[in-house]
Amino acid sequence: MKFSTPGSTQESELKAGLSDYNLDILSRKRAGLIWRLIFQASTIVGIIALMILILNIINSAYGYTALKAKVDPDTLAVEGVPLEEQNHGQLVAVLQSHISGPAYKKLDNEKPFSERSEADVRALVIARVVRLQVEKTWNLWDSLSKSGEINTEVARDYPDAELRFTSWLNSDFINRPQTSEPVTAGIRTAIYGSLWTILFTVLVAFPIGVGAAIYLEEYATDTWINRLIQTNINNLAGVPSIVYGILGLAIFVRALEPLTSGQIFGIVDPTTANGRTVLSAGLTLGILVLPLIIINAQEAIRAVPVSLRRASYGIGATKWQTTWSHVLPNSIPGILTGTILAISRAIGETAPLVVVGASTAISFDPASPFSKFTTLPIQIYQWTSRPQDEFRALAAAAILVLLMLLLTLNAAAILLRNRYSGRF
Amino acid sequence: MQQNIETTEKPELVIETRNLNIFYNDFRAVSNVNMSVKRHRITAIIGPSGCGKTTLLRSFNRMNELVPGSHAEGEVIFDGQNLYDPMVDPVEVRYRIGMVFQIANPFPKSIYENIAWGARIHGYRGRMDGLVESCLRQAALWDEVKDKLNQSGLALSGGQQQRLCIARALAVQPEVILMDEPASALDPIATLKIEELIQELKKNYTIVIVTHNMQQAARVSDYTAMMMLSDAQRAGTVIEYNETNIIFTRPQDKRTEDYVTGRFG
Repeated sequence: MKFSTPGSTQESELKAGLSDYNLDILSRKRAGLIWRLIFQASTIVGIIALMILILNIINSAYGYTALKAKVDPDTLAVEGVPLEEQNHGQLVAVLQSHISGPAYKKLDNEKPFSERSEADVRALVIARVVRLQVEKTWNLWDSLSKSGEINTEVARDYPDAELRFTSWLNSDFINRPQTSEPVTAGIRTAIYGSLWTILFTVLVAFPIGVGAAIYLEEYATDTWINRLIQTNINNLAGVPSIVYGILGLAIFVRALEPLTSGQIFGIVDPTTANGRTVLSAGLTLGILVLPLIIINAQEAIRAVPVSLRRASYGIGATKWQTTWSHVLPNSIPGILTGTILAISRAIGETAPLVVVGASTAISFDPASPFSKFTTLPIQIYQWTSRPQDEFRALAAAAILVLLMLLLTLNAAAILLRNRYSGRF
Repeated sequence: MQQNIETTEKPELVIETRNLNIFYNDFRAVSNVNMSVKRHRITAIIGPSGCGKTTLLRSFNRMNELVPGSHAEGEVIFDGQNLYDPMVDPVEVRYRIGMVFQIANPFPKSIYENIAWGARIHGYRGRMDGLVESCLRQAALWDEVKDKLNQSGLALSGGQQQRLCIARALAVQPEVILMDEPASALDPIATLKIEELIQELKKNYTIVIVTHNMQQAARVSDYTAMMMLSDAQRAGTVIEYNETNIIFTRPQDKRTEDYVTGRFG
């Protein structure tokens, strides 16, 4: 194994002898093994933390509940027809006779009874008249391990109550609007609020973000002002979200109120006239994730190999032809990945929406960009801050819904990305 | 050292440089080059690594402008016009003077689209299928790919990819094709095919080729420019330019002789 060229005396003097090397391959491998174990341990710690988080949420979202009705449903039968089989008129009559006049008027004002469906009115009767109330809740672990004790405890302490194994996450929970009673509370309004908000976030942030990234990567020259812009974008990505909330409050809710409340489009709705609308929230979150999208899109554009651009320029393509036909198609998977991350961040944001003025109690779905709204994180935040255990169970169920919504959106975006990146 | 033989030669000049200097920011990479490229001839640029061969080649179609901070002084005359005149659009220059790169870089598109795209962006209105076939035939690739035109260009072998890149360059009907070590990443058989192809293309196109391989330069080229770092400025320059057989048999410059006979260094 002689690599030196013969005849060069200087070189052979410089060449190290075999004794100068300490070929301790075993100890080198051992050092590698130790590092490998450390990295494995980090991964395992991360997975355990995630598992504990999810188990904790599931633990709260299922379990025994002791329920007691304020008014026994059997006493509400009209002429022998039980509550479940009553028609629209009978249900309204039952409702009217059991709640106060002003309360009935208020409900009628929100949405006239004649326009409400039978199921809707029955839900109202159950919510306002029967009024199932939670006496006590148990988490999943206790319910499974101590069901006997729970049974005796309910029999002893809550003789009127019915013990039910409750999945707080159920189709009714997802389909019902928000109410103040834990048993009848749902998150439909919050889901729609989140989807509407995300829609406007993406509509604002995606085109602007990708456009800015293309400009900064393909067109901007290396001048001090462009460097300043770049530095600022990088810094903006790290600004706390509450700051964006304050920005959104000042600009979209206050300064642009005629726009965000829909006044300039001729929409006059006293409940939304203050600019605290879906549009304001979407714009605020759009500004919030804009730096993220710009930075990720820039990375993706930068990753397009220079040889590809040269090939394009080499046959006389213009800058725009090169960008449109080669740079963008090859960076779109990366751009979409960045957008997924941005959407995931936006959908979980709470603080800026609190500042912008998401409603905490709202029972109607947002119907336009100029609607009042609430979102899932706001709903969760509001429920977790209540003292009763049952609201914490509701919050856990809502968290599961939020996670599923997030996974669904991400899966959709990943499918989209694979469709584009798998072409050649 | 510059041989002014072109005036006595019959072939028409296509490209002529006059006191061409190329800089990367303050660094002078190529200094004071005076050479010419003749129509329907193959001109080789040889020389050791780092002497500015590729930089000089790229200056012929203004590709070096894509490197930030690079600029050129002097003139490159093409078709009676200085390419570095502010009135000249680099897009048109690259349309008329095509380029093939050291490492094959087909577009990540189908074989068909690799060729059609270039024609389409330049507003080609003829029959695209015919153009694609003709370019692939000229690049001696048609028989190998005619049944898989819709496959990705990246699925071809290295040699086929490089011929696809040559076909792509042909699709816009350039007058000159610049080749930057087109066979340096290929095995001898693929190299041979490329060399045969270059000989074939000479009938219709003017070719400038940069190569590390002196045998290749001797085999394929009609004229050879020998580049080397000049001792005074540490910048690459053409130290000798002549017909290839003269460069390889009776070089005027001692350094050229040392280099082509392998006694360099």
